[in-house]
Amino acid sequence: MKNIVIIGNGIAGITAARHIRKLSDHHITVISSETDYFFSRTALMYVFMGHMKFEHTQPYENWFWEKNRISLVRDRVTEVLPSQNTIVLENGGATAFDTLIIATGSKPNKFGWPGQDLRGVQGLYSKQDLDLLETYAPDNRQCKRAVIVGGGLIGIELAEMLHSREIPVTFLVRENSFWNNVLPEGESAMINTQIREHGIDLRLDTTLKEILPDNQGKVRAVVTDKDEEIPCDLCGLTAGVSPNIDFLRSSEIETEKGILVNEYLQTNFENIYAIGDCAQLRSPQKDRRPIEAVWYTGRMMGETLAYHLCRKPTPYRPGPWFNSAKFFDIEYQTYGMVSPGTSASEHHLYWENKEKQRAIRIAYHPETERFMGINTLGIRLQHRQFDHWLRSNARVGTVIANLKEAGFDPEFYPDFLDQVKEKTAQQLSRN
Amino acid sequence: METKTSMSLSANPPASVNLLQKIWAFTGVCALGILFLAVFNFEFPNRPLWLGASLVLLTLSIVLFSYEEYKGLPGGIKNNGVWTSALTNRGLWGWLLGIAITFFYVILYFYPQFLGLNAEGDNTGVVGFFDPLSKTLSGNPASQWFVYGTLYTIAILAFGIKFLWKYRHNRYEKIRTLSVMFFQTAFAFLIPEFMARLNTDNFSLPYYDLKNIWPLNYYNFEQYRIDQFLNAGNIGLALLIFGIISIFIITPILTYYYGKRWYCSWVCGCGGLAETAGDPFRHLSDKSLFAWKVERWVVHSVLVFVVLMTTAVVHSYLGYDAQKYWLNKDVFLIAVAVFLGVIFALIWKFKKEELQKDAQYGAIGYLAIVLGLIAIHYLSGSNVFLFQAETLRSWYAFLIGAIFSGVIGTGFYPIFGNRVWCRFGCPMAAILGLQQRLFSRFRITTNGGQCISCGNCSTYCEMGIDVRAYAQKGQNIVRASCVGCGICSAVCPRGVLKLENGPLEGRINSDDVLTGNDLDLLDLIKEQRKH
Repeated sequence: MKNIVIIGNGIAGITAARHIRKLSDHHITVISSETDYFFSRTALMYVFMGHMKFEHTQPYENWFWEKNRISLVRDRVTEVLPSQNTIVLENGGATAFDTLIIATGSKPNKFGWPGQDLRGVQGLYSKQDLDLLETYAPDNRQCKRAVIVGGGLIGIELAEMLHSREIPVTFLVRENSFWNNVLPEGESAMINTQIREHGIDLRLDTTLKEILPDNQGKVRAVVTDKDEEIPCDLCGLTAGVSPNIDFLRSSEIETEKGILVNEYLQTNFENIYAIGDCAQLRSPQKDRRPIEAVWYTGRMMGETLAYHLCRKPTPYRPGPWFNSAKFFDIEYQTYGMVSPGTSASEHHLYWENKEKQRAIRIAYHPETERFMGINTLGIRLQHRQFDHWLRSNARVGTVIANLKEAGFDPEFYPDFLDQVKEKTAQQLSRN
Repeated sequence: METKTSMSLSANPPASVNLLQKIWAFTGVCALGILFLAVFNFEFPNRPLWLGASLVLLTLSIVLFSYEEYKGLPGGIKNNGVWTSALTNRGLWGWLLGIAITFFYVILYFYPQFLGLNAEGDNTGVVGFFDPLSKTLSGNPASQWFVYGTLYTIAILAFGIKFLWKYRHNRYEKIRTLSVMFFQTAFAFLIPEFMARLNTDNFSLPYYDLKNIWPLNYYNFEQYRIDQFLNAGNIGLALLIFGIISIFIITPILTYYYGKRWYCSWVCGCGGLAETAGDPFRHLSDKSLFAWKVERWVVHSVLVFVVLMTTAVVHSYLGYDAQKYWLNKDVFLIAVAVFLGVIFALIWKFKKEELQKDAQYGAIGYLAIVLGLIAIHYLSGSNVFLFQAETLRSWYAFLIGAIFSGVIGTGFYPIFGNRVWCRFGCPMAAILGLQQRLFSRFRITTNGGQCISCGNCSTYCEMGIDVRAYAQKGQNIVRASCVGCGICSAVCPRGVLKLENGPLEGRINSDDVLTGNDLDLLDLIKEQRKH
C-alpha cells in the first residue's frame, strides 16, 4: 500500500483519485488551496448567471470522499522536494509521499499590461475569480461597463455572464474575426453576429494597451491600441491560460511551459507524475498538442495514470481530437482536425442554413479523400461515430453518405443533415 | 448569495419586469379578485359576463406577461436568475405562493362549503359563480371540482403558451407541450362535461376522464362507478372495459415502445400542470442519494397501498356465489394473488440482477405481506387486509388522493419542486417506472466524451435524477422515475444527452469507457472484471 499524494482537486486530480481507489487500497490524499470539494470549473459561469448554485457544480455529495477513503486537505503546497519525497504545505508543514501526482491546472495569462494587477482586473478560472466577480460586477449599478480582453472561449463566456446581469460589455478581440485562429471564416462570422445580436460591443482587430486606475487603485478605464479610452468598472483578462506551476520553480522537476512528462505522464522523477492542464507532453501524438487545457484531457489523463499506477504500464494515448463549446445560444462541436483555412492537403465542404445559426464544415484530404474532421454549429453530432470514422481513416464520401446516422439532435428536430448531405455531396463532386 | 426579490414568474434578473408586465400582473390580480369577491357572495349583476371576463382576463394576463418576458429575445435557454429570484429560489414570494396554493387546496378538498357548495339548495359563492359555464357545457350546476377543473385547464393552457415561448427553439418541447394542453382541454375538461349531456333519467354515464387511468384514478373501480358503468348499457360496459385494458394492455405496450413519458409528460393532467405552471420550479427537486432512496420506498409503498385498497374495495361488493356470476369474492382474491405472484416470478427470473438489494427486499417483503393477508383472510375469515374496505378507501382518498397529490403535490411546487407527487406519490408513475426500468425501449443516451460535468442536467431534472452522474461516465440513463420531459437534453451546453427509443440490448451500459481515450482501457476494465 502506497501513500499517494495528489496536488489539485480539479477534474484531473479527482479522476485519478477515484480510479486509484477503484483499483487499489493505496492511501490517497488530495490537497487543494482552492475549495474544500471538487467542483466543475466549466460550470462557474452558470453560477454567476443564476442557472445554478455553487453546490450544484459539485458532482459528488460531500459524504462521497470519506466513504471512498480519499482524504481531502485544504492547504497550499509551497514547495516540492523530490529528493526527500516530501512536499511543504503553507499551513500543514512537510508531508511525505511515495507517489506524487501534480494536477494544479492553469492560471489566466497576463502579458505585462500596465495596470494588470489593479483591483477589478481579473481572469475567470477559479472559484476565487467567481467571488471577485461578485464583488466587482454584482449588477449594472456597481459595474456600469465591463471590458473583456481576449477573444477565446473564456472571453465569450465572461461576456455572456456579465450580459445576463444586464451589464454593458465591450469585448476586445485581437483577431479580425472571433476565434479565427481556430474557426474558419464562415463559423467565425456566424459567431461575430451571435455576439453582436446579444448586445455585446464587439471590437475586432483591437488589443489592450493599458489599464488605468482611479485614485483607490481600482480600474477606471482601459486604453486600446487605437488610443481609445473606455471607462469601465471591471476588466476581464481572458487571453488564454498557462500551466500553474510557479511553486515548482525551485524544485528539480523539469518544466518548460508546463511540467514535462513522458507518455506515462511521468516527470523526470520516477515517482512524480503530472496530469491535466499543467502537464506538457515531451512527445505528443500526431495531431495533438503538448499542452491541452481542456476538460476531457484532464479526465483521460487521470484515468490513464490510475491504471498505470495500479495495474500495468499504460501510456497516455488520447484518440482523435474533439471538443465542444457554446457561444451564447449556438452550440459548437468538433471532431478531428479542421484548420481555419484550406490548403493543398486540406479541402473543405461547407453548409450553413439561411438564418445563419447552423453550419457544418467537413475537412478532407483532396488526393486520398480521407475524412480529416468536422465542425458543427447548432447541430449535435455523435462522438462515437466520428471517433470510429477518424480511427478507421474513413473516406469523406462514406461520412457524407452516412451522415444521418451520426446525428444527435433531439427527436422531432428538423432534419438539417439531409440538406447538409445534399449540399456537401454536390460540392465534393465539383471539387 | 443574496436573495433578490423579483415578481417575474420566469425569473429573469432584477429590473427585467417592465411597465407592461406590471400592468398584466395587475390585471391578473384583478381577475383573481373577481373570483375572490364571488367567494364572499358579492352579487355580480350579470354573472356569465363577469365570469367570462374574469377567466379571459386571467388567461390573457398570464399570456401577455409571458410575451413581454420573452419577446425580442433569441431562442435558447432562459434560466438567468432562476436561483436568485425570490419566487423560484424559495424566497419570500415562493413561500407566499406555496402557502396560498396550499390554503386553496385545503379549502377545496375539505371545506368546499366555504366556496359555496351547499348540501341543500342552489350553489352560492364562487361555485355558484361558475354555474353558468357548467350549465353551458354539461347542463348541470357547477361543483367545487368544476371550478377547480376550469382553473386547472386555464393554468395548463396559459402557462403552456408561456412554456412554448420559452422553449420555442426546441421542437420536442413544443410538441410535447401542445400534447398536454390538448389532453387537458379535451379529455380532462370538455369530454366528461359533454358526456354528461348524454345522460337522461334512465341512462347515466359516470364522470370519466378517459386518460385518467387506475391507479392514478384510484376510484375507477369503486362500487358506485361499477354500478354506473353497468347501468349505462353497452357504452358503459365499453368504458369499463377501456378502464381495465388501459392499465393492463394499452399502458404496457406504449411504455414498452416509448417509456413512461408517453403518459407522464405527454398526456397526464398532473404532469401537464407540473410541466407548464410548475416549470419555473423544476430545479427545486432534491438530487441527493438519500432523496432517491426515500422516493423508491415511498412511491412503491403507495403502489402497494392502492393495490390493497382496490382489492379490498372490489372484494367488498362482489358476491359470494360463483353460480350467480363467475367473478365472486374467492375467484377475485385468488386471481389477484396469482397475478401478483406471476409478475413477481417473471421479474425474479429475468431481471433479478437489475434490482438493487433494497428493491429485492422490498419486493419480497411486500409480496409476502399481500399474500399473507389474503391467506389470513381465508384462514380466519377476517376482513380482507384487516381493515374494512371502506376504511382503507377513505384513508387512501384522504392521505394520497387529497393530501399527497393536491396539498403537498401542488401546493409545495415553490418549495420542493413541481414533481413531488409524480416522484414520491403517484402509483401510476410507480407502475410505469417499474416497466420503464425493466422492460422498455426508452433510454437517454450520452454523447461519448463530451460531458463537462457542469451539472445543468441534474439541476433542471424535475424528478431529482442526478443525470450528470451517468453522463460523465458515458452511461445511458435508464431510471424508473424519468418522465422524459427532455429538459436535461435541452439545457446541456455540449449536446451530450438524447432521449431515444431503441433495442433492449445494450440499453444499460455501465461497462462503457468514455469515447476518446485509448481503447486498451476497455480491455483493462474487462480484465479487471474477470478477477
